[in-house]
Amino acid sequence: MIRIEDVSLRHGQTQILHDIWLTIPKGGITALVGPNGAGKSSLLSLIARLQPLQAGRISVDSFPVDTTPSRDLARILAILRQDSIVTSRLRVRELVGFGRFPHGRGRLTPDDYAIIDQSLQQFDLTDLSDRFIETLSGGQRQRALVAMAFAQGTDYLLLDEPLNNLDMFFARELMRSLRRIADENGKTIVIVLHDINQASAHADRIVAMKSGRIVADGTPSDLLTPKTLQAVFGFQMRVETFDDMPVVLHFR
Amino acid sequence: MSIAATKQASKTGWVAGLTLAVLFVFSLCVGVDDMPIIRLFSDGRALELLLVSRLPRTLAAILTGAGLAIAGLIMQTLARNRYVEPSTAGTAQSAELGILLVTLLLPSASLLFKSLAASAAALLGTSLFLMTAHRLPPTQPFLVPLFGLVYGGVIGAAVTFVAWQADLLQYLSVWTNGDFSGVLRGRYELLWLGALMVVVAWMVADRLTIMALGRDASIGLGLDHARMLQLGLIIVSVISALSVVVVGMIPFVGLVVPNIVSRLMGDNMRGTLPTVAVSGAILVLGCDILGRLIRYPYEIPVGTVMGCVGGLIFLWLLFRRPSHV
Repeated sequence: MIRIEDVSLRHGQTQILHDIWLTIPKGGITALVGPNGAGKSSLLSLIARLQPLQAGRISVDSFPVDTTPSRDLARILAILRQDSIVTSRLRVRELVGFGRFPHGRGRLTPDDYAIIDQSLQQFDLTDLSDRFIETLSGGQRQRALVAMAFAQGTDYLLLDEPLNNLDMFFARELMRSLRRIADENGKTIVIVLHDINQASAHADRIVAMKSGRIVADGTPSDLLTPKTLQAVFGFQMRVETFDDMPVVLHFR
Repeated sequence: MSIAATKQASKTGWVAGLTLAVLFVFSLCVGVDDMPIIRLFSDGRALELLLVSRLPRTLAAILTGAGLAIAGLIMQTLARNRYVEPSTAGTAQSAELGILLVTLLLPSASLLFKSLAASAAALLGTSLFLMTAHRLPPTQPFLVPLFGLVYGGVIGAAVTFVAWQADLLQYLSVWTNGDFSGVLRGRYELLWLGALMVVVAWMVADRLTIMALGRDASIGLGLDHARMLQLGLIIVSVISALSVVVVGMIPFVGLVVPNIVSRLMGDNMRGTLPTVAVSGAILVLGCDILGRLIRYPYEIPVGTVMGCVGGLIFLWLLFRRPSHV
């Protein structure tokens, strides 16, 4: 369980997050949605101790993120930032292998190799495993980074806009893979999404943020209503239901 | 790593190791004074020449080359930019400033003490460089080396000014232009400290590779990013300072060697670090031998030879890969 209590964040004069209270239970996919600048990425990076906690408390599986040793947290939670740029010339397999670093501090056991192979397979990278990252397309690179986070083998996965650069096919593949590892391996996935319909199709729960506050929180069918969507995104859109799945028509 | 990649890497390693061994023997045989190998053990003078001059000189070149190549590699990792190295980004100039000030204030200080002062100054100068470099926009990768050139130039100008005022300009060229001709037994052994730093770097190679992925990725994998940054700074500073103090600065080694090895083998440092070290040694020893042969029996300092050779290799690197940074 991720427990966020009374968390605020400010950079200089700008208040990024206002008194956030949120509990994310173990298991399942929680999607964070909201307009640009709502504070989704900041919240994610606070949970992942990438920046210091200024006010409030955050714990993951009852480990406070600000006092638990970083290397212990790295075995509980993995994060993929949206602006991850790999400038190193590493092969896909090597990059994914570094996901195992928190476990053996660099020494790879046969178990580690098995997990690396499984991660490559899970994200359809086996054929690309000997390619240098820089020779991949944006979408392939994105999958390699997700595979690296998955190889970390943590119960919690925080993904910041992992669908960036992915075409429809791979966006769907990635979301289905995430759904599968949430269902089969009991992973808890918190994912920032811009495509609200991906959230509708794959998430168990949607948390909507705006201007540093949580403004709505619920299952896709509870939350995806024209009224709530207008409150979050600031314009009128139609919502239709197909096969029990709300589809937001936000294009016109 | 795949089998093909491992094979390729070990092949590169073998070629590099063999080349270094050949150069090592050759370097022992090249010099003004005659030293016939066959009479090495019958002629006491030949053996003495080998042990007092040729062997120390050869080892100094190997240690300096390996150290500077590793220092360049780590500096590039810390700055997350492929176009910086200690001699162009203020590290060497700071070390020169440190040793100059000690020479002025405490003329009787030992070589070890001078090296410590130079290392401390290099640490300070490099930290300042990195603090600024990390603030530059990552979308403009050439700003970092440009800033480094200006920064190193400013410190270098200060060094020259102080040396000129104190009438120490001749001393200065000993530190700014690498030269192995003065290396004798008993006057190069500090360089082994640099070798120790290379070993330390190899022990933390995985962590360095992760550091190159950036701060967020490092923290996400549970790496103490701040501490690794400090360790990297210490390695770079000590190696550069020792090189400045003992033989004088040699440019371009830290720039071209890591870039070439990265192209051939990638950036997984556990695999590439030994090759970087050996290749640095090859380049510096090769340039030293060249400097001994070009105007035989006179010598050209290795710093000058490397300035030409390294500059040419660097230009070739730039023009071969225009799109990648």
